[in-house]
Amino acid sequence: MMEKTYDVVIVGSGAGGGTVAAALAPLVRGGKRVLVLEQGARIEDHEFTGREIEMADALYEDGGGFLTSDGAMTLAFGRAYGGSTVVYTGTSLVAPERVIRQWNVPGLTHADIAERSEKYKQQNSVHLLPPEEINDNNRLFVEGAAAAGYHAEQFPLNVKGCLGSSLCNLGCPNAAKQGTNRVQLPAAERAGVEIVTRAHVQRVEERAVIVDIGAKRPGQKGRESEWQPGEYRVRAGMIVLAGGSIGSTALLLRSGFGRMLPRLGERFTCHPAHILVAEHDRPITNCVGHPKSYFVDRAEGEGFVLETCMYFPFTAAKNMTGFGAEHSSFMRAFPRLQMILVLACDRAVPGNRIRVDREGRPVVDYTFTNETIEALVRGTRASARIFFGAGALRVHAPSARPRLIQARERDRLDERIDARHFIIGTTSVSAAHLMGGCAMGRDATDSVTDSYGRVHGVPWLRVADSSLFPDALQINPYLTVMALADRVASMVLQESAEIAGAMRI
Amino acid sequence: MFSDTRDILRAIATTVVPEAKALTESEWADVERIIASALSKRPPAMVRQVMVFLRTVQRLPLLRYGLRFTSLDDARRAQVLNWLQENRIFLLRKGMWGLRTLILMGYYARPAAADRIGYRASARGWQAIR
Repeated sequence: MMEKTYDVVIVGSGAGGGTVAAALAPLVRGGKRVLVLEQGARIEDHEFTGREIEMADALYEDGGGFLTSDGAMTLAFGRAYGGSTVVYTGTSLVAPERVIRQWNVPGLTHADIAERSEKYKQQNSVHLLPPEEINDNNRLFVEGAAAAGYHAEQFPLNVKGCLGSSLCNLGCPNAAKQGTNRVQLPAAERAGVEIVTRAHVQRVEERAVIVDIGAKRPGQKGRESEWQPGEYRVRAGMIVLAGGSIGSTALLLRSGFGRMLPRLGERFTCHPAHILVAEHDRPITNCVGHPKSYFVDRAEGEGFVLETCMYFPFTAAKNMTGFGAEHSSFMRAFPRLQMILVLACDRAVPGNRIRVDREGRPVVDYTFTNETIEALVRGTRASARIFFGAGALRVHAPSARPRLIQARERDRLDERIDARHFIIGTTSVSAAHLMGGCAMGRDATDSVTDSYGRVHGVPWLRVADSSLFPDALQINPYLTVMALADRVASMVLQESAEIAGAMRI
Repeated sequence: MFSDTRDILRAIATTVVPEAKALTESEWADVERIIASALSKRPPAMVRQVMVFLRTVQRLPLLRYGLRFTSLDDARRAQVLNWLQENRIFLLRKGMWGLRTLILMGYYARPAAADRIGYRASARGWQAIR
């Protein structure tokens, strides 16, 4: 096994790891060595083709098909230089004050999260798209929401030079989305932070990680790793885990930290989601323009959020429940389709957790609570009202039997869309906002870390990603992950003298 | 991968996506290649489960219709798959969902299918249509 030594090792390069890498760059100027280990590859700009399966294989864990242990829900999370920030749509919202208050993490205030979030909104060029760049799919959502009595709000987006390819979730082919692969990681590298890709961290040891550097396989996208393939022990005074909710939690579990951290793996939430589809009588602009420009926030009170969306043929087909002629007829109507994403604001409950199997691979146990199912059903009804308010001819609703709802039935939505038709294993559900597993809190009896991501009882180990969330955020998590990672990094900077001391020992 | 189960896979695929009946041999080869590629990245146990489920679908109709799945007409094939999809036994629903997902991937992930349904996303975005 080869040996290397750094002052700080960061595991993961997404919203958390990328932020920490850039924030710790001043340490490099002070003579310290900072390393980022990323499991995925560094994809070249010309390799972002927008082709669905090809890009999903290159950018997502399990090609985007990671399943919960019972196979009832698909979990999507990125695995590339830039992590999930390569594949999100760039929606940039500050955490709601009520959520941070409900989290009740000692020392963590909404004001601090909000201030740090604003810093990253600036850094990531977050702004509202001008009206001429809003496509019909989004415009109809706003019109339909108004007709149905909902207030649609515009998403601030972190894009610069967006051409409107609509391919955000397959990695922007125009380098417009300002993920960590475009902003924080290049800045960190320019400052001397080292980033090594194709680096699968197997386990954490005392002030060290064991990492496998993989070789590029024939036909695979991305550059070769910066290091020779093989197994390495990388020693470090400080280790910051930012491999995402599932990645960081599984790494700690297979490293044996579960014995001293009984809450490790708990408090997993993910905003389970339906993709709903409606057909209009005329072609609309849907596969051109930013796909996610508006949302309706009914999290408080009704437990759901609706977002505009537009997915690719296989993803759309898979997420529409059912098969056969009815399913095909919607797919053939693609140029006339409007889509809405319904997200349920699930809550952390016992049993919904991350664990590892005998080989140390992550396993996610997730049971849909009645509250989550009801939230999805309420969101589906609201979406159907919006679709019909926008003039749709028919709506495909997963929690309806028959699933096809015609415009003439618009007054019967409460009756047609019902929780009894939500059948686990039949109804397509997916999630991309993976949260919890290393929750922040007071001490090891209720959590894994404190509000600065310091793992209880392990002073050299930090967590800086969405696994810190003690409960669902009820909005897209990336900006809050950046805010928390910035907070973690600020404490590491404060303690940098201590790191130097440890390395001398 | 599908040498022993090709007929079953195609019979199920044409029930899930009726348009698949019009596929040429070369297009079927693309569908199978995409599915095989997806399965090759999954644990061997999952691949075995898919193969077992394919054979289960083939034999199940013997109990009700006295015929194998591949010998049924379109309507009865759809009934069998719908019975699996809505079944009270979770494992059967899950198996059907997984098989359906693989078939939808094989069919709709092909550029020809995307073109056929009018999916026209382009890296050039607005420039491509203005």
